Amino acid sequence: MVETGHFALVLAFALSLVQFVLPLVGARTGDARLMATAGPVAVTGFAMTAISFAALTVAYMLSDFSVLNVVENSHSQKPMLYKITGTWGNHEGSMLLWVLILTFFGALVASFGRNLPATLRANVLAIQGLIGSAFFLFIIATSNPFVRVSPAPIEGQDLNPILQDVGLAIHPPLLYLGYVGFSVCFSFAIAALIEGRIDAAWARWVRPWTLAAWIFLTGGIAMGSYWAYYELGWGGFWFWDPVENASFMPWLAGTALLHSAIVMERRSALKIWTLLLAIMAFSLSLLGTFLVRSGVLTSVHAFATDPARGVFILMILVFFIGGALMLFAWRAQTLTPGGIFAPISREGALVLNNLFLSTAVTTVLVGTLYPLVLESITGEKISVGEPFFNLTFGPLMVPLLLAVPFGPLLAWKRADLWAASQRLVFAFGGAVLVMLVTYSFVDRASVLAAFGIGLGTWLVLGAITDLATKSGLGSVSPGIALRRFAGLPRSAYGTALAHLGVGLTTLGVVGVMSLQTEHILTMKPGESVPVAGYEIRFEGLQPYRGPNYTEDQGRFLLMDSSGRTLTEIVSAKRFYPARQMPTTEAGIATRGVSQVYVALGDAVDGGGIVVRIWWKPLVTLIWLGCVVMMVGGSLSLLDRRLRIGAPAKRRKRLAAAEATA
Amino acid sequence: MTAVLRPLLAAFLVALAVAMSGGFARAVLPDEVLDDPALEERARELSSHLRCLVCQNQSIDDSNAELARDLRVLVRERLVAGDTNEEVIDFVVSRYGEFVLLKPRMNLRNLALWATPLVVIGAGAVFLLTRRRRRAGPGDRLSADEEARLGKILEEADRPG
Repeated sequence: MVETGHFALVLAFALSLVQFVLPLVGARTGDARLMATAGPVAVTGFAMTAISFAALTVAYMLSDFSVLNVVENSHSQKPMLYKITGTWGNHEGSMLLWVLILTFFGALVASFGRNLPATLRANVLAIQGLIGSAFFLFIIATSNPFVRVSPAPIEGQDLNPILQDVGLAIHPPLLYLGYVGFSVCFSFAIAALIEGRIDAAWARWVRPWTLAAWIFLTGGIAMGSYWAYYELGWGGFWFWDPVENASFMPWLAGTALLHSAIVMERRSALKIWTLLLAIMAFSLSLLGTFLVRSGVLTSVHAFATDPARGVFILMILVFFIGGALMLFAWRAQTLTPGGIFAPISREGALVLNNLFLSTAVTTVLVGTLYPLVLESITGEKISVGEPFFNLTFGPLMVPLLLAVPFGPLLAWKRADLWAASQRLVFAFGGAVLVMLVTYSFVDRASVLAAFGIGLGTWLVLGAITDLATKSGLGSVSPGIALRRFAGLPRSAYGTALAHLGVGLTTLGVVGVMSLQTEHILTMKPGESVPVAGYEIRFEGLQPYRGPNYTEDQGRFLLMDSSGRTLTEIVSAKRFYPARQMPTTEAGIATRGVSQVYVALGDAVDGGGIVVRIWWKPLVTLIWLGCVVMMVGGSLSLLDRRLRIGAPAKRRKRLAAAEATA
Repeated sequence: MTAVLRPLLAAFLVALAVAMSGGFARAVLPDEVLDDPALEERARELSSHLRCLVCQNQSIDDSNAELARDLRVLVRERLVAGDTNEEVIDFVVSRYGEFVLLKPRMNLRNLALWATPLVVIGAGAVFLLTRRRRRAGPGDRLSADEEARLGKILEEADRPG
């Protein structure tokens, strides 16, 4: 079985080379038969990669300790779920997942891209093949997961305890679906450059892939954030760590791409810029892969450095980013500029969005790389941490978020800002009201906190205003408005929901950053402490034995002010004997959208234990907002105009959408 | 374990656990907390801006390492002795170097770092404005293609809705 997987991996590498060369030559010479090889080869390549991945997964499930990778990352006592997820809980396996997803997207393009022009389809799949071959070679040459060990040890070294969590089942696959999804946009951009032709249809073909990648990346980042929140034990949700930045930069670039692609699709403007963004989104994904895999960062992630791998990925990075940008510089001039528009217009608003998002990407990029560059040039070591990003990224987001509700209310080409402002008067009034209420009635709310809450409210109400306006509420009778609302194109709901999600996330971030309270104390059984209007009583510690760990469970009762028990909170300190490693399992109770977060510290003399309790107001909105964004993105993805083979209705819908816009 | 790399955030989680070796949760211990709440708040604020030198990319406020504890206690001692925030920072930097600052100083060496957001957004705005002016300039002739498109745009604009 293991050898089958190994063999399939090598075959997949060979197929990716074929997928690169034949269609490219075919598109160049106009040979339809050569171009037609792309589809079947891409699908077969995916099948081979899937077989290879399945073989490794089976080795993990059966605890086949003759495979070095399994020995290093698994244990026979581990629950089955973590045996399976352990497949990608390590470098080799995660790279295999990376190429699995890459070939998966290739197969999707091959299957769903039948209506693409033949040469474009061939070129896109050829570029996918080239990316694939680089990474297959990387895996086979430096990170082969199928290496055997002889004699086989009797027991494995176990998966790192912190990874033994459902988070590992969800977070990396989602993140990779996002990262690698941008490779399709990249391939489309390169194919367009090779052909020297790009138009609104190109944007329409690229948009679903961008949306899909963006949805997955949003989910991946949100899941990672929530995982860190409950697993690390102090309730932080974002650390501005280089590895987080590595996933955040493609997200920002992808968000910019989503918006500029709309302009290109509707108005065939911003072509060159959209092309550049498509290249940048995937380049930043590759940069992220390099930063994480090479160990070049002086960060917590750099604990495992292997120069051979680092140099290899750096070469891949230079080849693809450098090559793409050179091709771009060479060919972009040949592309014709598109439609013109006034600064106050939907296009203008989307350009503003792109300006701020690009600046944000650059800021995060420079902040992440600056210490590395400075050290390699001058030898001086400095740190760029959370305070820097809060001070630079934060202010960049404020004007952008303030402008968001205006965008969808502006007409294409030339718009009336005053009319849009009038429509937003309720949203504005509501936001100001919430701001004043927060400032006056919420304990310890600073001006900044009140402003932030107001900003989030503004976004939420702005999104609702958008839908209400598009339904004609106020200008037509409620019945007609309701019917119009039901008949809105899905992309209109998508936009509104995505913007609403941004508002919710903003509320969550502001709430927890500016209004959380913290209690650090030593508690003995029976003692209680007041937290944000609740009483928390420590009941005592109990030992518990899990399948491959032991733990001390601290039991707490959450009570309201009158002493009625609302719920029990269990917070534990776990110990995994296989790796001799402790972990913390925070106890969390959700009240509305806020949470009480309890973490155990060390025991002290005299029977007490150090307890840290946080009241985290609005915290769940951070991730709930991301989910709403994903739902919005999915609705947009389901919009009729992006679906294939519905041209007649699509035109009608489009006209309707423009009439209401 | 060092022979293996982890996927993205997973790596982050593991390494943090390793860095915290043996410790859990946020690091400030009850016995460190100062009696004066205003002073304690300043201490927390300062701590969150100082890097724990043995565990990477964590502030001393978050870290459980011995050295971080020493530094936290040191910060509090200086505060109790009556130092201003700047004096405390200067004192810590004189001992451990600027690497200890999570917020790099705004000086000439870090100019490129701090100026990036302003320069990029400024350059972007200037580019957009000048390009617009060039387009709108009197010497700018429309191509036949653009004329046709303009005709279409005007036609569409004339339509109600």
